[in-house]
Amino acid sequence: MHTKIVQFILILILSPFLFGVINRTKAFFAGRKGSPLLQLYYDIFKLLRKGAVYSKTTTWIFVAGPIVSLSAVVIASALIPFTGYPSLISFDGDIVLFIYLLGLARFFTVMAALDTGSSFEGMGASREVQFAAFAEPSLFLSLAALARLTGSISLSGIFSSAVINSWAAFGPGIYLVFGAIFIVFLSENSRIPVDDPNTHLELTMIHEVMVLDHGGVDFAYILYGAAVKFWLLGTLLVSMFLGACSRGWGIDVAIFIFGMIFLAVIVGIVESVLARLRLLKVPHFLIIALALSVVALILTMR
Amino acid sequence: MNIVFCSLTIFIMSGLLALSLNRFVKLANYIGAIGAVCACVLGLSSLFIVYNSPGCAELSIPWFVPDGSLSVAIDSLGALFLFPIFILSALAALYGAEYLRHYYGKKNIGSAWFFFNLLIASMVLVVISRNAILFLLAWEMMSMSSFFLVLFEGEKKEAAQAGLIYLIAAQIGTLFLLAMFILLSKDSGSFDFPGSQITAPGFLHSIIFLCALIGFGTKAGFMPMHIWLPEAHPAAPSHVSAVMSGVMIKTGIYGLLRVINFLGTPCVWWGWLLIFIGIVSGIFGILFALAQQDLKRLLAYSSIENIGIISMGIGLGVLGMSMNNPTLIVLGFAGGLLHVINHAFFKGLLFLGAGVILHETGTRKIDLLGGLLKKMPVTGFCFLVGAAAICGLPVLNGFISEFLIYFASLKGIFGSGITVFVCLGIIASLALIGCLATVLILLIAALRQMLLKGRRVERVLTWDCGYAKPEARMQYTASSYVQPIADFFRGILRTQKHGPKISEYFPDVSFFKTETADLFSETVFRPALKFIHRLAERLTGVQHGQLHLYILYILFTLIALFIWKL
Repeated sequence: MHTKIVQFILILILSPFLFGVINRTKAFFAGRKGSPLLQLYYDIFKLLRKGAVYSKTTTWIFVAGPIVSLSAVVIASALIPFTGYPSLISFDGDIVLFIYLLGLARFFTVMAALDTGSSFEGMGASREVQFAAFAEPSLFLSLAALARLTGSISLSGIFSSAVINSWAAFGPGIYLVFGAIFIVFLSENSRIPVDDPNTHLELTMIHEVMVLDHGGVDFAYILYGAAVKFWLLGTLLVSMFLGACSRGWGIDVAIFIFGMIFLAVIVGIVESVLARLRLLKVPHFLIIALALSVVALILTMR
Repeated sequence: MNIVFCSLTIFIMSGLLALSLNRFVKLANYIGAIGAVCACVLGLSSLFIVYNSPGCAELSIPWFVPDGSLSVAIDSLGALFLFPIFILSALAALYGAEYLRHYYGKKNIGSAWFFFNLLIASMVLVVISRNAILFLLAWEMMSMSSFFLVLFEGEKKEAAQAGLIYLIAAQIGTLFLLAMFILLSKDSGSFDFPGSQITAPGFLHSIIFLCALIGFGTKAGFMPMHIWLPEAHPAAPSHVSAVMSGVMIKTGIYGLLRVINFLGTPCVWWGWLLIFIGIVSGIFGILFALAQQDLKRLLAYSSIENIGIISMGIGLGVLGMSMNNPTLIVLGFAGGLLHVINHAFFKGLLFLGAGVILHETGTRKIDLLGGLLKKMPVTGFCFLVGAAAICGLPVLNGFISEFLIYFASLKGIFGSGITVFVCLGIIASLALIGCLATVLILLIAALRQMLLKGRRVERVLTWDCGYAKPEARMQYTASSYVQPIADFFRGILRTQKHGPKISEYFPDVSFFKTETADLFSETVFRPALKFIHRLAERLTGVQHGQLHLYILYILFTLIALFIWKL
């Protein structure tokens, strides 16, 4: 039980660090020095100390948006296993709850964005839900394929090293699932090639434009929530390769954290070498994920 | 059982009283509403009695119709459907009393209440009847009373059109039900409902199932028999739409379950067919809902989507029955039935909310609306809760039923059993998470409150790229919000866009209009009806209005009958 709580707290503490790693990697490729690794922590603390400015158009839902979204993501992080060790809360079917909690977070972010009445934010919200409509089914089907493969329908059961054990028997299927979840991961965390977190034009943004009117404490919540979400979906990817071994809890956790950092480096590399897709092409990109997950599910059904 | 009869009597008497007191509008309005509410409360109390002592609620008396008796009963399946019928109808009646005040002097209030109360009474009768003839009578009464309610504003062209489509759809459905009950009585030898029989799935059973699927599916709104829903729901007054969408279409689901119960072990393909219909109704329903601009039409399409979800659950349950997999049976039916109740409540809430919006703003066009949460905080909040629930978001009721259906399908893909402990574990965990979520939301909100204490909190204009005078017309509308998805699925939605092409730098006054017609009514039903109409036109030669020739027809018919009997 202690280790479970420690894992939960580790997720909450370490998540913002990964963004620092991504930015450092991108800076390295661009030949810059880059911001400090702990930049996101500084940003969050800075924002937490600020006052707030609200639009006259907004109502209570604008305030509720970041609060509910962050809560949903934090609850979801209690469901996600850590390096193959079971999560704080796990039960059969928590896959469904996990995906729906992310859906709840999105619902409130979108509602808050629409509440401002700004066209930019409406545009962002519209794109967010459009892409989610493609990303969510493929995440679901991928996890269903893994569930079929491992014979468990809880996240902790699937990633308790059962996936690792089935690599030998079922490598190709897991590769397909990995591909699907990686695409969903990039899209859900609004990274290149779906969305550009560093863009400067509201017209081309997706996630960033939705939170344009938030500031101060609310924006700190949003940044932190995004970081935790990055960790959660990243765990799904890293756990396919790293599981619990007999090396003891401490070593496993350390290896897993390195795994997550490695994932952040990969994301940084992807962002450095790829351009972002045209908005009209993004659904096609996401449909690739859908197709991969469907094929993986069919393969497991044999 | 006596209490239910009392309740039925109150429904009918208060309806008749309201009808006869039509000249005193206020009185008629109140009598109708109070009668409906009292009867619903009475009916609801009978359910508790049934719940405490099952088996006592049966009544069978001989009547004039051959082959069977006038028998009614409440069992657990019936009680499950009666529960939302009574609650939602009582709430809708309260709402209706206020809603109809708007129409004093313009509309016939007494008859509106008469048909409303008749509709509820017939729904109750549908659920409790245990005889095919009684069932069909109640079923027709239900269709007719709701038809007249759809025609409440019958002087409007679209309402009259909607009424006609609804009438035809209801009659086609009943036609199949008639055929189904005749086949069923051939099987069991009586028009009384048979008990559950365990027989091998035969050819006749499959025909009965298909007839039930079409007949009840037309009422429930399975695709592609759904076309009456998006027409009839917007036309009816809002409290009637709430009842129609919330509980009336569920009587179709009830009938289907009842018939499946008669047929013993189902074939495997029945389950797959139900799941397929569920998926089609779900996806197409929600896609067409997105493309709508009329709020109540959108809600009607969303009902089709939810019926799809219910059908998926039932399909999984039927699949479990045919494969003898108790896990699938329990989870599938539980998910489907729970969604029946859930949908009755949140769709009822949404339709009533839409009625308030229509009443206050005078329009159902979503694109013209905006900023309602500020002007109508209570309605806005309720509507938002309904919307979140219908999305199946956690903490609200829609999540549980969707979770059960997901769980059934996930369990189904590897067909393992489930023990009570697993179920208990899941419930406990979900409850724990619900508590945690509430605590966490409060904590995070409190933290924000604490941090902002003593700091400057300003209110300014929304950031619009430095533009100083944003106005409502610049807002992203519902149509623009769904445009990317609607464009992506343009092959299915076939949204037609109208507007002048802009070629100059300084264009004149412009306009833009989109409309999305129903795929099935345009591609299947309209051509089919046209074909039937053409065939019928050929027969007009026989009908020429010359009396002596008509008498000749009669003579010929009589001679033919004589020859046949010889």
